Amino acid sequence: MTVSSGELKKARIVGLTGDEAVAQAVKQCDVDVISAYPITPQTIIVERLSEFVANGELDAEFVPVESEHSALSVVTSSALTGARVFTATSSQGLALMYEILYITSALRTPVVMAIVNRALSAPINIHCDHSDTLGARDSGWIQLYGENVQEAYDLIFQAYKIAENRNVLLPVMVCLDGFTLSHTLERVELIDDQDALSYLPKKLCYPFPINPERPATYGPLALTDFYFEFKVQQAEAMRQALSVIPQAMREYEKISGRHYYFFDAYGLEDADVAVVCLGSASGTMRYIARELRKEGHKVALVKLTVYRPFPTEELVSALEDMKAIIAMDRSLSFGAVGGPLFEDLRSAFYDHEKRPLIGCIVYGLGGRDLTPSDARSIFKYGLEIAKTGMVPERVKFVGVRE
Amino acid sequence: MSSKPGWREIPIGAVLLEPGSSVKVRTGDWRTFKPIIDQSKCIRCLLCWIYCPDASIKVMDVNGKVDRVEIDYEHCKGCGICERVCPRNAITMKPEGE
Repeated sequence: MTVSSGELKKARIVGLTGDEAVAQAVKQCDVDVISAYPITPQTIIVERLSEFVANGELDAEFVPVESEHSALSVVTSSALTGARVFTATSSQGLALMYEILYITSALRTPVVMAIVNRALSAPINIHCDHSDTLGARDSGWIQLYGENVQEAYDLIFQAYKIAENRNVLLPVMVCLDGFTLSHTLERVELIDDQDALSYLPKKLCYPFPINPERPATYGPLALTDFYFEFKVQQAEAMRQALSVIPQAMREYEKISGRHYYFFDAYGLEDADVAVVCLGSASGTMRYIARELRKEGHKVALVKLTVYRPFPTEELVSALEDMKAIIAMDRSLSFGAVGGPLFEDLRSAFYDHEKRPLIGCIVYGLGGRDLTPSDARSIFKYGLEIAKTGMVPERVKFVGVRE
Repeated sequence: MSSKPGWREIPIGAVLLEPGSSVKVRTGDWRTFKPIIDQSKCIRCLLCWIYCPDASIKVMDVNGKVDRVEIDYEHCKGCGICERVCPRNAITMKPEGE
């Protein structure tokens, strides 16, 4: 997100936590059905929404359920009627939704779900890492990651815009880091209610809404002769999303003055080393990048806002001139080549003419703090790779005790 | 395979816009035991019609009255529930191919 100057309505500025900001955005999107089950650190989102519904600020059905599995089932089936729907969860809650995640995307329902990133058990932990959503990266959902509270707020509107586009019709996860964003009060500029509604598509975007006058079958059996075709349709929708997403972001800039893209780059113009990361770590990394640049090191920071669909071509052309790239993974893919972000990035370059060296840093598991000195050591590691022309360790852990 | 529509030609999300199309699927092929109704014992109580999980009991009306009960062998999977619920033992499960 970068802020552009221009003629805009005077924004209302408020102090909100990440969870409250998400609830505020969902209210302004005028959703019809909300269903959720409380789980730390997401709970405040649906608590606020239930208050909005109870006090009449939001005209929606709020469906309390007994589990996250049911919460996602409720909103998915509600979306089939043409309703605009919302749910939110974290960690174990997302894990319990797993079966329905694939159904939501395969039924092509434009569900928007906020995920407040939290480590998966065991051991039980309530703090942030990305193993919950990164584990769900193949479930057919679009994934957007916010760096701060303002972005978490803004991405909700853009999520509906993308999900409800007729060429996409896929569910979207808006991910924000547990506690670091969800429970931290920040300055947020709200967009105007009317602007929000005019930005969003007209409701009833789902092409075959359930209608007793025109009976149809939803979720039928499709075996060897048809299943494959439906999966290719989903792959095509993800491909379409690659052109719909920047368009939705450009239109959002017109009402908000805030510029979004697949990723946000700092210092790429003349850099030798770029660090790529997701979520709130970007703030610390950018701060250190700025210091290192003052010291004469040509470093850059690329914060990835859109992780699925992976903006392969765009990232490759933005990063092709780097000598070294560091992918920062806040999750582990046990037994894999490296972290998920690292694997995506490295494989994106495989058939490209210019192939920078790419290292993987795993950090912050279970909410382990990423300190400025950690951030500095990560950039220094990248600079060392650029200088020596070799990656000493394919996967390096930062911030863990030996 | 080639006679079937490609991925661009079918509705997204596997929605079947034509209702009741499961009639076209011949689930009768799955059967290993076949219910046979002894029409001389049948009292047309229709308990089999109530219990049949696959709507495979056909009730033949004449002038608005139940005249005869038959099995829809195109769709009956041979579960044998009708045999169990019949109060007059008018239904017998016989192995297919006998």
